[in-house]
Amino acid sequence: MAIVTPERPGSPALQQPLNAPVRFLRRPTGYTKGLWGWMTTVDHKKIGIMYSASAFIFFLIGGLEALLLRVQLGAPDQTFLRADTYNQLFTMHGTTMIFLVIMPLSAGLANYLLPLMIGARDVAFPRINAFGFWVFLVGGLFMYSSFFLGGAPNGGWFGYVPLSRNIPGHNMDYWAFGLQILGIASLTGAINLIVTVINMRAPGMSLMRMPIFVWMSLIAQFLLLFAIPVITVALFLLSFDRLFSTNFFNVAAGSDPLLWQHLFWLFGHPEVYILILPAMGIVSEVLPVFSRKPLFGYQVMVFSGIAIGFMGWGVWAHHMFASGLGPVAVSAFSASTMFIAVPTGVKIFNWISTMWRGKLTFTTPMMFAIGFVAMFTIGGLSGVTHGVVPGDTQQTDTYYIVAHFHYVLFGGSMFGLFAGAYYWYPKFAGRMLDERLGKIHFWLMFLGFNMTFGPFHILGLQGMPRRIYTYPEGRGWDVWNMVSTIGSFIIALSIAVFILNMWKNRKPQEVGDDPWDARTLEWTIPSPPPEYNFKEIPLVTSRDELWHRKYTEDEHGRSVRREVVAEQPKMEGTEVEPSGAEGNATPDHVDGEEAHEGSGEEHEEHIHMPSPSYWPLVTSLGLPVISYGMIYKTWAVAILGGVLTVASLYAWALEPATAPEDTPVHGPDTSGDDLEAVPA
Amino acid sequence: MTTTVTASSGSHAEVDPGHPPTSTGLSNEKVAMWAFLGSECLLFGSLISTYLLFKGQSQPGTIGPDDVFDIPYTSVSSFVLLMSSLTMVLSLAAIQRGDHRLTRVWILTTALLGASFVAGQAYEFTVFVREGMNLRVNLFSSSFFVLTGFHGAHVTIGVLMLLSLYSLSMRGKLPTSKAETVELVGLYWHFVDVVWIVIFTLIYLIP
Repeated sequence: MAIVTPERPGSPALQQPLNAPVRFLRRPTGYTKGLWGWMTTVDHKKIGIMYSASAFIFFLIGGLEALLLRVQLGAPDQTFLRADTYNQLFTMHGTTMIFLVIMPLSAGLANYLLPLMIGARDVAFPRINAFGFWVFLVGGLFMYSSFFLGGAPNGGWFGYVPLSRNIPGHNMDYWAFGLQILGIASLTGAINLIVTVINMRAPGMSLMRMPIFVWMSLIAQFLLLFAIPVITVALFLLSFDRLFSTNFFNVAAGSDPLLWQHLFWLFGHPEVYILILPAMGIVSEVLPVFSRKPLFGYQVMVFSGIAIGFMGWGVWAHHMFASGLGPVAVSAFSASTMFIAVPTGVKIFNWISTMWRGKLTFTTPMMFAIGFVAMFTIGGLSGVTHGVVPGDTQQTDTYYIVAHFHYVLFGGSMFGLFAGAYYWYPKFAGRMLDERLGKIHFWLMFLGFNMTFGPFHILGLQGMPRRIYTYPEGRGWDVWNMVSTIGSFIIALSIAVFILNMWKNRKPQEVGDDPWDARTLEWTIPSPPPEYNFKEIPLVTSRDELWHRKYTEDEHGRSVRREVVAEQPKMEGTEVEPSGAEGNATPDHVDGEEAHEGSGEEHEEHIHMPSPSYWPLVTSLGLPVISYGMIYKTWAVAILGGVLTVASLYAWALEPATAPEDTPVHGPDTSGDDLEAVPA
Repeated sequence: MTTTVTASSGSHAEVDPGHPPTSTGLSNEKVAMWAFLGSECLLFGSLISTYLLFKGQSQPGTIGPDDVFDIPYTSVSSFVLLMSSLTMVLSLAAIQRGDHRLTRVWILTTALLGASFVAGQAYEFTVFVREGMNLRVNLFSSSFFVLTGFHGAHVTIGVLMLLSLYSLSMRGKLPTSKAETVELVGLYWHFVDVVWIVIFTLIYLIP
């Protein structure tokens, strides 16, 4: 679509095309607003918001499930939940929080921010981006539909065989097919973001000038790229066993069920870093801004992130120490597990050094970031104790493990994501969140979190096993379970405060481009950003580009604010050596004929953005149809879903990415010169 | 603006790369295809590992590789698939020269060779089933059919992409400037071929 003017909706210029006759499934244009506009958008910012909003709703659902579990476990011998319901709830709580909350929240932030941070106008494949979101959403809804269709998955979030092979009913089929669909979403998203970062950086944005959040997200996307196919295979084997009675996990036929554990954790441990690396990136963005110092040891941060990415592939068997792998394997994985704490520890020291002697301001994002560092350190330390094999053998399948991974995933990832939410909210929404409510949220969540999960350490060491739906009196577990249950409701209260905060600040405010006096490119543009992000593709001359445009150094090396924010260097100056990134990275063609070199303001009228499309949504709808057909062995339905998917893929491939301006009506004869989707 | 920056990218300036300028000089589609193929390596890696782990674990006395494999037959179909990589290269060379008639000839040949391979696999499967081997018999049969079936599905998707290219070219929608589309399908095609070489060696040839 062409953005004719940057005016707001409602201006006469934007309304005119709406008077055109509306036809069924006419191709939406840049003027399409409302629900249909959101459903057909290919704008990475809208997609990022949809990811985050959907994931937040799943977060509320997953949290509700956790509350139900805590009510059941608050006192001994409870009958609030039946055992089977309990199984469904804990399975769905884990699956939801990992696949439907933290992953899509990270994906949402990355979607929104990566193009802004590298100075691009959109991602590499805008329609594949939309496809990834819709697949994620239909995958989540598909899995949740199981609650109404005979029962939710009930074999644990890591679905160990032979249990999950042999559970009757369709519960685990929903789990396997649901994760399969979500895997497609993650894989397409990963490819898209990797290509975006590798290929679409603004001139001068060399790899070592990229904001650290971009780096950490890039590493997480690489981990996804290589981890997803492994669980895809594992899930296929499981589904084949369940649907077609193959023998992969049939112990009676001589199978080795450890294969499942190897495949699952070969995916599952990189997955842990997929969940935590983006949060580490967020915190590494927030701490420098509110310490008014550059990130300490940027290069070391980058390389420790890469080291984590590589070493994350060599530690998976520490999830399986109790399964009898033999002394050699156990020793090797024990050593690698302790080793991976080194790059992680380096990061923690770098965060502390970033704050050291900085001018700290304790805003809400800063508090969440510091909370992240503290809580993640606790989780990391208990993680190292799992590397000690004799200790781990004792701790396996106790609440000690549950304590550990909640400290890294909630105390780590979620605190980091909340830091990001408060930090970037003004950029996303054009309004600030209230600081007072934000701090109440933080302290309630901090208190509730430690009350809920701190006692798990003690319960675990006292021998309370995971996944029991109730326990008898007199084991010494009663008090701590009650404390934990109270804590979980305090967390719920803190989330209510967060929602109240968003609700109270729903009206647009004047927040300016750069409310936090920040350092990275996304703060050089209006909040919320226009559809095309940058009027002019920025030319990057340093790390922390915006900071250097705003500040210079005095003779003592102290930073002083420039009187006038430095203009960005003009593009024609080809002498300016854009080191690292050779060439420009415009995501979409800036009309070559009319937009002459660096002609500044006026050429925004010629910025062409990819047109909206409904094909990503339609294509994604085929996947649950295939899955229902397979689960209920109604082959006609499965084939129908397959035909729907393939047909819409073809329609998508033949649809040009940018609709010709003067033919707003989409017809089959618009020149099909775009083959974006052929390979994928 | 575009023009200036292209000029600044030195060696790329003279040749029109056929896509908007990028940081690496490679098109987005090509980087994406390489990333996707990297991902596919782990997919087949996991499947092949599963097969190798399980092939010796079937209950004794049940059907095994030595009972069913017909090495000469599969060698011929492997040769057919390998030749299709050659014709794929020829079609890319043809479109880069601007010879669209020959492009179509080689694309269609590649698709036909690929389809022959899939047909050969289907025939092989039916023979195996007739000999009493199906998905359910034992660990060997389950992992063999799933591994080779996945590969066959990949070849089939490749054939569909080739036929799509052929149809685009027939309608004049595959100009020389879109030669990279052929190259990308080619990348996928060669990858699937290489995977077959690995499968054929590990599963059929090594006892």
